[in-house]
Amino acid sequence: MVTLMTERKRSALTRGRLPKYTPHVIAVSAVVVAAALMSLVGFNIFGWAVLSAVLFATANVVSTALVEGRRKATDKLATSVVAGAFLVALLPLVSVIWTVLVNGVPGLLTPGFLNTSMNGVTGAVDNASVENGTPVLGGAYHALVGSVLITLWATIISVPVGLLTAIYLVEYGARNRFSKIITFLVDVMTGIPSIVAGLFAAAFFAMILGPGTKTGFVAAVALSVLMIPVVVRSSEEMLKIVPNELREASYALGVRKWRTIIKVVIPTAISGIASGVTLAIARVIGETAPLLVTAGFATTINMNVFSGWMASLPTLIYTQIMTPTSPSNSDPSTQRAWAAALLLIILVMLLNLGARLVARIFAPKTGR
Amino acid sequence: MSKRIDVSDLNVYYGDFRAVEDVNITLDAKSVTAFIGPSGCGKSTFLRTLNRMHEVIPGARVEGKVLLDGDNLYGDGVDPVQVRSQIGMVFQRPNPFPTMSIRDNVLAGVKLNSRRISRSDADDLVEGSLRGANLWNEVKDRLEKPGSGLSGGQQQRLCIARAIAVAPDVILMDEPCSALDPISTLAIEDLINELKDEYTVVIVTHNMQQAARVSDKTAFFNIAGTGKPGKLIEFAETATIFNNPSEKSTEDYVSGRFG
Repeated sequence: MVTLMTERKRSALTRGRLPKYTPHVIAVSAVVVAAALMSLVGFNIFGWAVLSAVLFATANVVSTALVEGRRKATDKLATSVVAGAFLVALLPLVSVIWTVLVNGVPGLLTPGFLNTSMNGVTGAVDNASVENGTPVLGGAYHALVGSVLITLWATIISVPVGLLTAIYLVEYGARNRFSKIITFLVDVMTGIPSIVAGLFAAAFFAMILGPGTKTGFVAAVALSVLMIPVVVRSSEEMLKIVPNELREASYALGVRKWRTIIKVVIPTAISGIASGVTLAIARVIGETAPLLVTAGFATTINMNVFSGWMASLPTLIYTQIMTPTSPSNSDPSTQRAWAAALLLIILVMLLNLGARLVARIFAPKTGR
Repeated sequence: MSKRIDVSDLNVYYGDFRAVEDVNITLDAKSVTAFIGPSGCGKSTFLRTLNRMHEVIPGARVEGKVLLDGDNLYGDGVDPVQVRSQIGMVFQRPNPFPTMSIRDNVLAGVKLNSRRISRSDADDLVEGSLRGANLWNEVKDRLEKPGSGLSGGQQQRLCIARAIAVAPDVILMDEPCSALDPISTLAIEDLINELKDEYTVVIVTHNMQQAARVSDKTAFFNIAGTGKPGKLIEFAETATIFNNPSEKSTEDYVSGRFG
């Protein structure tokens, strides 16, 4: 005769557990106690939040240690530390985006900001708009065009050089001495301060075209110095993870090595390469220092990268903040700078989204 | 078309390490030859020297002669690419190109070399090769789907179709069934039996029953110990190798008494 055992009301397996609502109770009391303590020394929201978090974490860990034992307490401690680190890392990011949004949106929504340049916008114009309360004139169109053109040319230079270098390193170098030297130099180049890249390009063009040569193309060369190592690195990693079996399969069909690389290896890795390139573009589009010394400060629209000074969003922000158009009324300039900053962040964000899209579009298809 | 292969005094090296020593063997046209032997005895390495795939590995080199109907594969000025287009290969793990559809995988040998081919010729080639690999009926309705969506056995037959689409004289197979289930293995073995009517087939296998089932002649490779080169111990009709081998080590290996 088999007797069914009834389930025990309080399982022996869950003995020594805190009730589920404990963390909530501790959280509420931590917030209240922190508020009380803060009112003693002078209340501020930031200190209140930090104190609440510390109190909550401590009480939670201690109570767990007393009731549930050491292992669970260690788990809670680690969880608290990880969550705390995450919040600390997130705080500046959220703060930056919030500040730029708050300060930038009014300028960005001002009519004409996206389709006029700073040509003819003088201190008198800014003074007038402040005194009469009319919308701020002048815009970032010239800087947007400059940023896009300079980055485009930097990409045109960097992608072939970077991709071909990566192909050499992975497919032909076979870890020989020359490829080791290249890898080392690329690593060194990754760490070059951006102003040095700018000075290199400025000095290089001063040497071949005469001193003071400042054009969009010089800036593009400076940016490509920064961009090439990033492209080499990301493409190299992507080419490395293409399975060797695919290369062998291609060789075994009597396909030459260069055709194998072009038609099998690169298409297999293209999604990673494309997103790496897009991220490299996002990385250099916000560079300021190299542009200051290579492209100059233009206030007019210049579509030709090969002649004349060229504006860009980072340099526009820099000049508007450092030398306001109207020294007595700097508010219009500040507004334009924030709006340009917001525009720049939006551009970078779009590029990042583009990278994901590109990766998804080019990814090898699966499906039945 | 099918050609015979004569190998004389072949030594295979990885850098300074001699992996295979003094192989002399003749592989008949329109027959199936199986290579058997324990792991690491150099049978796959030797197989790869037959279409110059061995030298793809850095530091790898070969001494000796491999004659394809009298032409030395390792003669001066021989283009390895030319060799490989005449001697096809199927690998241990199915490796269809992930970026290509089933149809493009079959046409890979043509398309990757940018040879022009008319639409109707391409259709005929795809159908002929897939029929030759016993895969046509299973995939004819989804030729434009990715090759990586097929099952393992189907992928391996797709790789065989890809290999025969370039009309080679010889097909080398490096443990083509080791990643497959028994049903797919049976399909591949049936296919090998059909392929020998037109091609010279060389197959490396760990499965002795498979060697006994599919091959006309069998070569037994062995290795004296770790770090020593592999050697061709015995080469004879398959029936002889399995029933009446002349070498003691062959008998031990085929009867399962080895090691």
